[in-house]
Amino acid sequence: MEIILALSIGALTSSGVWLLLRSRTYQVLIGLSLLSYAVNLFIFSMGRVRTEAPPILQPGVPETLANYTDPVPQALVLTAIVITFAMTALLLVVLLAARGLTRNDHVDGRGAGQ
Amino acid sequence: MSLDHLAIAPILLPLATAAFMVQLDERRRTLKAALSVVSTLCTIAIAVSLLAAADAAPPGSPAATSVYLLGNWPAPFGIVLVVDRLSALMLTLTGIVILAGLLFSIARWHSAGSYFHALVQFLLMGLNGVFLTGDLFNLFVFFEVMLAASYGLVLHGSGEPRVKAALHYIAVNLAASSLFLIGVSLLYAATGTLNMADLAARVPLLPQNERTLLEAGAAILGIAFLVKAGMWPLCFWLPNAYSVITPPVAAMFSIMTKVGIYVVLRLWPMVFGADAGASAYFGSGWLLAGGIATIAFASIGLLAAQDLPRLASYTVLMSSGTLLAAIAVGSAGVTGGALFYLVSSTLAVSAFFLLIELIERSRMPGADIIAVTADSIGDDDDENPNAADPIGIAIPATLAILGIGFAACALLLAGLPPLSGFIGKFLMLYALFPATEAASGAPASAVTWTLLAVLLLSGLAATIAMMRTGIRVFWVPLESEVPTVRFLEVVPVVGLLVLCAALTVEAGPVARFMQATAESVHAPQDYLQSVISAPRAGQAQSPEPAP
Repeated sequence: MEIILALSIGALTSSGVWLLLRSRTYQVLIGLSLLSYAVNLFIFSMGRVRTEAPPILQPGVPETLANYTDPVPQALVLTAIVITFAMTALLLVVLLAARGLTRNDHVDGRGAGQ
Repeated sequence: MSLDHLAIAPILLPLATAAFMVQLDERRRTLKAALSVVSTLCTIAIAVSLLAAADAAPPGSPAATSVYLLGNWPAPFGIVLVVDRLSALMLTLTGIVILAGLLFSIARWHSAGSYFHALVQFLLMGLNGVFLTGDLFNLFVFFEVMLAASYGLVLHGSGEPRVKAALHYIAVNLAASSLFLIGVSLLYAATGTLNMADLAARVPLLPQNERTLLEAGAAILGIAFLVKAGMWPLCFWLPNAYSVITPPVAAMFSIMTKVGIYVVLRLWPMVFGADAGASAYFGSGWLLAGGIATIAFASIGLLAAQDLPRLASYTVLMSSGTLLAAIAVGSAGVTGGALFYLVSSTLAVSAFFLLIELIERSRMPGADIIAVTADSIGDDDDENPNAADPIGIAIPATLAILGIGFAACALLLAGLPPLSGFIGKFLMLYALFPATEAASGAPASAVTWTLLAVLLLSGLAATIAMMRTGIRVFWVPLESEVPTVRFLEVVPVVGLLVLCAALTVEAGPVARFMQATAESVHAPQDYLQSVISAPRAGQAQSPEPAP
């Protein structure tokens, strides 16, 4: 499972970075979204990868990390998802405004229009 | 007890004000402006009282750090707000800079777009939160609050150059936020904590294999802050953004680069100070080299700048570079001088952004990209909607005030006597040589001499650039009318410059305060002790639940 998780984070990050460096605004937006997915998975995996372990204390089960998964990264990733989602929506609006004003979807607003 | 609750007021007050103002109709601009000013004034008053309380305790005593437990959970588990000298100083500075921008905007700029005042209050809330929080993840949350408000403010006034600049600004900051999250989660993976004090306490105890993870996390986290602070290879977004945004917003944003500096100053000596075992002073070489490169880049940029807003943007970078290089030396004496320089340069840059808008008033609105030439200042083709205002009618006195203000800004930014910019630089240079001699036991090294030379040469570059511009702008024959300037627009500029003059006059007490602040930053045991052993309140009476 670790290798699949690591590979998917790697694939998302590399394609995200590649798209981020492209010259069209929509590609940059998608690149940032992919990057944020990769980051969310990464935060999640930093609490150590565990299966079939609940993050909430249960009666009768000893309160050690051997019986539970770490709840903190799960809480963090929730916050991170909300924030990056909102920021991506905002960037989309700015992207459309720039497209309207420059009549062009180049990141500098001066490439050959399509 | 009452003072404890005051610690969260700089976050709650702007939040409540902003939330209320979002509901108000956009036409009730006067009411919004009044609310905004009152809220900012109250925040400044709170910040000053926190500052007085933090400074009242004798240096070195734990009472100088007061800890506020949100939700009344004990420190490493719950979220904490921490007020010490450094936070209180940054809170006060933030309030002053925001107020100056706000007053300036009321004369004209706040009507250039919607929700200006609400966004300013959210920005204030985010900044205050960043300066108060004692927790890495909350730092991220407040960073995003601040950035979200700043995206709106960059777009304020709209128009093609601003939208293009905002697109770059948002993309760069979103990428930096991703790095921030990666860094935070790596630090959590290595140490199992997000509380800054707890993190600092655990770092010396880490085994070697976890240490690599920790240092990688810290380096990635550092890059996120250095993007914000504008360190050299990460700063190319800054001049483009700062030179096209509306002037009151640019004045407020002069504190935004200092956020990155603040976090480096807060975390680096605490987590990677002398007590950090094998990780002591991790990354100081990079920080020093980056700081020096930033100063060099900013000096070249200053000399090459064709128009006033771009010139002002490069002074922001120069201030950042100087501060980063000074912090990287890692001695309390140099940091004390750097803090003095930080306050002085933030106020001066803020005043300069406001001032150049008044100087350029006679040019076409939105002509920020056009280079200022010797004769363009005389063309009065500006349709000023407030031209009927009786105060500040086109008399040479206006130009005289602007000229004196420009000269004061030039002195402050270049670090020439007699104003506070010189005192800040002098304090840094004075402490630089004993610091390196004590650290290495040898006479001042090549690095110290390089830093000295770069600091002095950057002052020279700033002097040349500012004088050349000043001569082009002010020493031209008055062919036509002088720009019309309203009283309300001169007040913040003069106020900021008077504060700088006050810093100069009261340099002794201020420098002592900065020294005490720097010593507590470099000897964080009291901070750690206060946070870890913060007593819980008798009964839970928290104003907001921990998220």
